[in-house]
Amino acid sequence: MADSDPAIVVEGLRKSYRDKQALTGLDLTVPQGTVHAVLGPNGAGKTTCVRILATLLRHDGGRAEVAGYDVLRDPDQVRYRIGLLGQHAAVDEELSGRQNLEMFGRLYRLGGRRAAARADELLERFGLADTGTKAVGRYSGGMRRRLDLAASLIMRPRILFLDEPTTGLDPRGRTEVWNAVRSLVDGGTTVLLTTQYLEEADQLADRVCVIDGGRAVADGTADELKARLGGDRIEVVLRDAGQLSAAASVVGMAARGGEVETDPDRRRLGARVTDRITALTETVRALAAAGIEAEDIVLRRPTLDEVFLHLTGERAETAEEETPV
Amino acid sequence: MTTATLIDSWTGPLVDSWTMTRRGLAHWARQPVQVVVQLVFPVMTLVMFAYVLGGGMTVPGGGDYKDFLVPGTFALTMVFGLEGTVLAITQDLNKGVIDRFRSMPMARSAVLVGRSVLDMLQSTLGLLVLIGVGLAMGWRWHGGPGDTLLAVGLLLWLRFAMLWLGIFLGMAAGRPEMVQAVQILVWPVGFVSNVFSSPETMPGWLGALAVWNPMSATATEIRELFGSPGGGGGSWAADHPGLLAACWPLVLIAVFLPLAVRRYTRLSR
Repeated sequence: MADSDPAIVVEGLRKSYRDKQALTGLDLTVPQGTVHAVLGPNGAGKTTCVRILATLLRHDGGRAEVAGYDVLRDPDQVRYRIGLLGQHAAVDEELSGRQNLEMFGRLYRLGGRRAAARADELLERFGLADTGTKAVGRYSGGMRRRLDLAASLIMRPRILFLDEPTTGLDPRGRTEVWNAVRSLVDGGTTVLLTTQYLEEADQLADRVCVIDGGRAVADGTADELKARLGGDRIEVVLRDAGQLSAAASVVGMAARGGEVETDPDRRRLGARVTDRITALTETVRALAAAGIEAEDIVLRRPTLDEVFLHLTGERAETAEEETPV
Repeated sequence: MTTATLIDSWTGPLVDSWTMTRRGLAHWARQPVQVVVQLVFPVMTLVMFAYVLGGGMTVPGGGDYKDFLVPGTFALTMVFGLEGTVLAITQDLNKGVIDRFRSMPMARSAVLVGRSVLDMLQSTLGLLVLIGVGLAMGWRWHGGPGDTLLAVGLLLWLRFAMLWLGIFLGMAAGRPEMVQAVQILVWPVGFVSNVFSSPETMPGWLGALAVWNPMSATATEIRELFGSPGGGGGSWAADHPGLLAACWPLVLIAVFLPLAVRRYTRLSR
């Protein structure tokens, strides 16, 4: 695989279970060495997508390639190059952390000695070196997730799948996992991450693919997705609500004709802008020239939350219209 | 490509199966009480039947009831091993760790082979303990070493058939809650046989079922090989226990081994 080839290519991926369609033609391309977040509500098809890419599930249609290998034709080649961190810890709860890592190392055919050495390394790196012979079943949630991650990294995989890696963890556990992911990415690993948390996608991912109803509804950097909502907003809070309409025309000019929304109760008005800095300086200057006193002026980017609601909410409405009554 | 060579080489599945067996042994080491309980249960059955109910029992063709019962209990233990296999397989497949195994480039067969080795090991151990208890109770084998080893081999052959039936049932049951149903159903199979009493004492249709029970064939054949009392009865099945003790397990294996393997490989659909 050349460096320029994508790590993951998914084209028109379809998968149905007995009673429902999980994927309805998903497209996704993940360049090497990047973090790609798959963002979607529950039941959008995130886990199905990861399980197909990790060779745990067979798809019905379309194509899925991981590290240049087709997941159906060369599953073992794919398996040598991936690590999987699923929603539920995929470790043996009756064994100790070290026993788990040694067992997985042996199954990767490292042989006893190398498997043991690698287990030591990983236990040290993930702060589990002093867990001794304690069974994993008695670990805390964060410890178990760290061991799970360690097990995924035994072969230093080039591609790592993380299926909702921080669901059910407390904030400290979440930060631990995030830091671990960041250090992996620094080492050149490609990460495909599913999440319901927008903050997680915003924090970790180079690109975000929003999926809903089993297909991608948007794909791009977080900034690009935010820009799809019409760019930034300028918001002005006035001292005197009586100046609201005068201020609205000033802000309207600065926003280059963007629609101005006013909120008399909170003495507030806002508009979408395309060129943020020009809009800000022009608003400040024009308000001063018109003698309008502002209490607060802010430029605000749309949150990924707003993008997500906009994208998935819109689709839900279309779907409703299409449903015959 | 070195990785491909490793996957394709014939030693791979053996190495992986051994790793999975070691995993099971590590579980034993952590749950010694559970292991002991599993060994003690058949001993309890044997002792209870011999001393609590044995006084009221008669042996078909005459002889000491204990000498009749002990080899029967060997066969019963092999069949009851089914429960352990069903439980272990359902527990295993419901654990998250199975996802990791399946996303690794290990031999697909290793999970099932590891389970087989472990269960056969457990049953062999159980059989040895039970033979020891039988000897302590005064039972003796009277056949030559060849016959005695053949008897043990036939018992383990029956267990091997139960193993694949168990793996299949475990996967078909799907969840540990369903295992209870299997556990209850094993009991009539165990009792409608010639293990505890002669099928001739049962109502006609039930007696016929008991005679044709695969476990009865094994029990009758090993009684002959051990030189223990019992056997006979006049039906075709009772007259050809050796053939049936060899063929019944073979039929069960021929049916359930492929079914179990197919079910396992289909987990990904």
